[in-house]
Amino acid sequence: MTVAGTPCFHCGEPIPRGLVIHARISGRDEPVCCHGCKAVAEFITGAGLGDYYRYRDASSSRADETPRPDRWAAYDRPELVERLTRAEPNGARSITVLLEGLRCAACSWLADKALSLQSGVLDVSVNPATARARLVWDPARVRLGDLLRVLEHVGLRPHPLAGEPSEQLALLERRSALKRLAVAGFGNMQVMMFAVPLYFGDAGGMDPAMREYMRLVSMLVSIPVALYAGWPFYQGAWHALRARSISMDVPVSLGIVLAFVASVWNALRGQGEVYFDSVTMFVFFLGLGRYIEMIARHRAGSVADALARLAPVTARRLRNGQAEDVQAVELAVGDELLVRTGEVFAADGVVIEGDGRVDESMLTGESAAIAKPPGAPVHQGTQNLAAPLKVRVAAVAGQTVLSGIVALLERAQAERPRLAKAADHAAAWFLSRILVGAAIVFAVWWYVDPSRAFSATLAVLVVTCPCALSLATPTALAAATASLARRGVLVAHTDAIETLSKATHVLWDKTGTLTKGLVRVEEVRPLAGLSAEQALAWAGALEQMSEHPIARAFLASGKPVAAASGVEVHAGRGLAGRVDGRQLRIGTRAFAAELQAGQAGGAPPASVPGGDATEESWVYLGGEQGLLAAFRLTDPLRPEARDCVAGLAALGLHSEIASGDEAATVARVAARCGIDTHAARLAPADKLARLKQLQSGGAIVVAIGDGINDAPLLRGADVAIAMGRGSALAQTSADLILVRDSLEDLPHTALLARRTQRVIRQNLAWSIGYNLAALPLAALGFVPPWLAAIGMSLSSVVVVLNAMRLSRGAPPRRRPEWPATPQPEVA
Amino acid sequence: MEILYVLIPLGLLLVGFGLWAFFWAAGDGQFDDLDSPGWTVLEDDAPRAPPAANERPDEAPPR
Repeated sequence: MTVAGTPCFHCGEPIPRGLVIHARISGRDEPVCCHGCKAVAEFITGAGLGDYYRYRDASSSRADETPRPDRWAAYDRPELVERLTRAEPNGARSITVLLEGLRCAACSWLADKALSLQSGVLDVSVNPATARARLVWDPARVRLGDLLRVLEHVGLRPHPLAGEPSEQLALLERRSALKRLAVAGFGNMQVMMFAVPLYFGDAGGMDPAMREYMRLVSMLVSIPVALYAGWPFYQGAWHALRARSISMDVPVSLGIVLAFVASVWNALRGQGEVYFDSVTMFVFFLGLGRYIEMIARHRAGSVADALARLAPVTARRLRNGQAEDVQAVELAVGDELLVRTGEVFAADGVVIEGDGRVDESMLTGESAAIAKPPGAPVHQGTQNLAAPLKVRVAAVAGQTVLSGIVALLERAQAERPRLAKAADHAAAWFLSRILVGAAIVFAVWWYVDPSRAFSATLAVLVVTCPCALSLATPTALAAATASLARRGVLVAHTDAIETLSKATHVLWDKTGTLTKGLVRVEEVRPLAGLSAEQALAWAGALEQMSEHPIARAFLASGKPVAAASGVEVHAGRGLAGRVDGRQLRIGTRAFAAELQAGQAGGAPPASVPGGDATEESWVYLGGEQGLLAAFRLTDPLRPEARDCVAGLAALGLHSEIASGDEAATVARVAARCGIDTHAARLAPADKLARLKQLQSGGAIVVAIGDGINDAPLLRGADVAIAMGRGSALAQTSADLILVRDSLEDLPHTALLARRTQRVIRQNLAWSIGYNLAALPLAALGFVPPWLAAIGMSLSSVVVVLNAMRLSRGAPPRRRPEWPATPQPEVA
Repeated sequence: MEILYVLIPLGLLLVGFGLWAFFWAAGDGQFDDLDSPGWTVLEDDAPRAPPAANERPDEAPPR
């Protein structure tokens, strides 16, 4: 039976053709794509958590099935757990865990339920926004290792966070910002309520006592808004001034302080105009913009998160021949570590015993395993794939290659705000002109009529208070950011929206962006009466002895049922060995067919595929009776890639591929996506060089990548976009993150960036126009008080309403499900 | 219109109460996660213990 087109019940990925694996879910057989997903789905429903599948609104991550040793053994040791976690009342312990694969509210429900069902768990709080869970448990009744295993069983890979204080800090920052926002919001509503009768009272006559009363009440309500809710702006302005620079916070603070002080002065002396409504609205909308930006930043994750995902928290140290689990931070140079198969190195070191193979893809992007004989260096964050290794530590946290990369990223992040600087520059220019203008107005009035000098100067400062001007950009960016976040596009640096609207080129790293980045068995074609399961099992048994990237495709789709013996690697051709008492070969067609005794070159069955342009993606299994099966391997193209490239082209963005892959593969992907310009076999430095070349030609370049090896490219690009399932480090250096791991939203994002830019320009034109019109009138003392108040509020309201247009009118988005029609993609 | 001299302070009192409640809720973590609690009403009763990774099924669940 072929179930082509049916997505996997658990992860939603397409099921390899010819492969039939079913998970038993509530009495029904549901098709799944691999044994990993089968195990996870059956565990979830077996635990009574099957509702997860009814309520989730995003597919789960594909279950990791590569046989790996128990990563959590170290967390079963009480003395280590005691040092890693925090004490809670009554002998309980708590820890914060980052959950990889947490996508939607149903995922967090699943994590919550699965943990709550364990005896000894006292409290679980899962935050889907930050993908973190806080666990409180009773160490006397349950071991932390068991809880982490439960999480892994339900398909959410946990990463215990050692740097918990920073997470706690972020939480407190969010709460404090929310409180300030509430004060500003409540205050603004109240003041507006009093402002309406004041406007009408001014126009139509009002009991002076009542007017006085309303003004004083407005002042009372505005005091906490200006002092408490506006505090972060003053702090920012103070920091900027101390660093002898002018940030946007400076005119904002000056505007708030001037309008507020003038209003308080006027309210207390009972004459002149009050601007409490403008002050509170100003604080509220600016605070709202900052709050939305902060949430997006927190979600994008910090560098500390990236480290937590890459480097293990524990290590196994050898001391006097005894292995003991210790915290990675306790390691010292010269320690000897035992790193078992599948484990990740906790420090940089040198192999002293064992003949290993190491996956260094997270550092170099090279997916083939690197042989590590004794004497070879190994690096923190890379994974040991083969035999257990004894390693002598050469560098510990802070001095490792990985921490060097992280430090580089941290610095790049700190230096990021290019455009923000330009905006600050403009604000500083505007501010200095206003101050000069105000001084001239004061001097002239002092000469003409000293009694009116102060009020006229104040009117100039308040009327031209750059409220609308300072709101013009942030409100538009906040509305765009919120609108994008709803569609699964996370904006980590809002100035990227501005750059994106001007972009001319898109530089793609092929693997993981245009393609899914995973080599998978796309089709199993059994020959000679073999079942697909059996063929995959035999292939898997052979391939488990290899570290070639292709081997992982087999390990991820079939469970090895037998051990292989006498496996030999024939470089460039394949593997040979004995499985279930049979001599088998897997590899190229000629290599697999040779085994058929004395009949090399015998006519293969007619159904054997091959010989056409896609031959290199076929792998063959051969036995003594001839060919047994053929497997088609692909790194499938994303179904939406072509539309995305076309959509970007329609916006005038020229796409280009810069890939480290083989020329033929790159050319094929480029043809299928409709991309004319492509370059293959590029090292990360070459990609960066291509980027610089484009930039020096005046192009504004968007780079899209997913791996750590893309980090230099992303860092150098004008706008960096990372895929949601890409490496944590790539995300850390990105401006935009496609959280749903789909390219679908990219053209819309580019379009929205342009609309945002248009709105910003309209807003700036309006507010500058208003200020220019109001300035001479105020300077001449012609602006009546009621007009000044209404004009000032109205100029801000127009700006805010115009910005809000960005958050609506988004076309309905297709649900992130596999398309109903099967699309055979070959990359 | 003199009634306003009483009603406005009363209104401010209400606002103060609302703010106090909001501060309490924010400090209590009520706004930390706005998505997942909505799902808890959909869950079925009487959950069973997971089949694996729990070696002590004899103890009563703590909550």
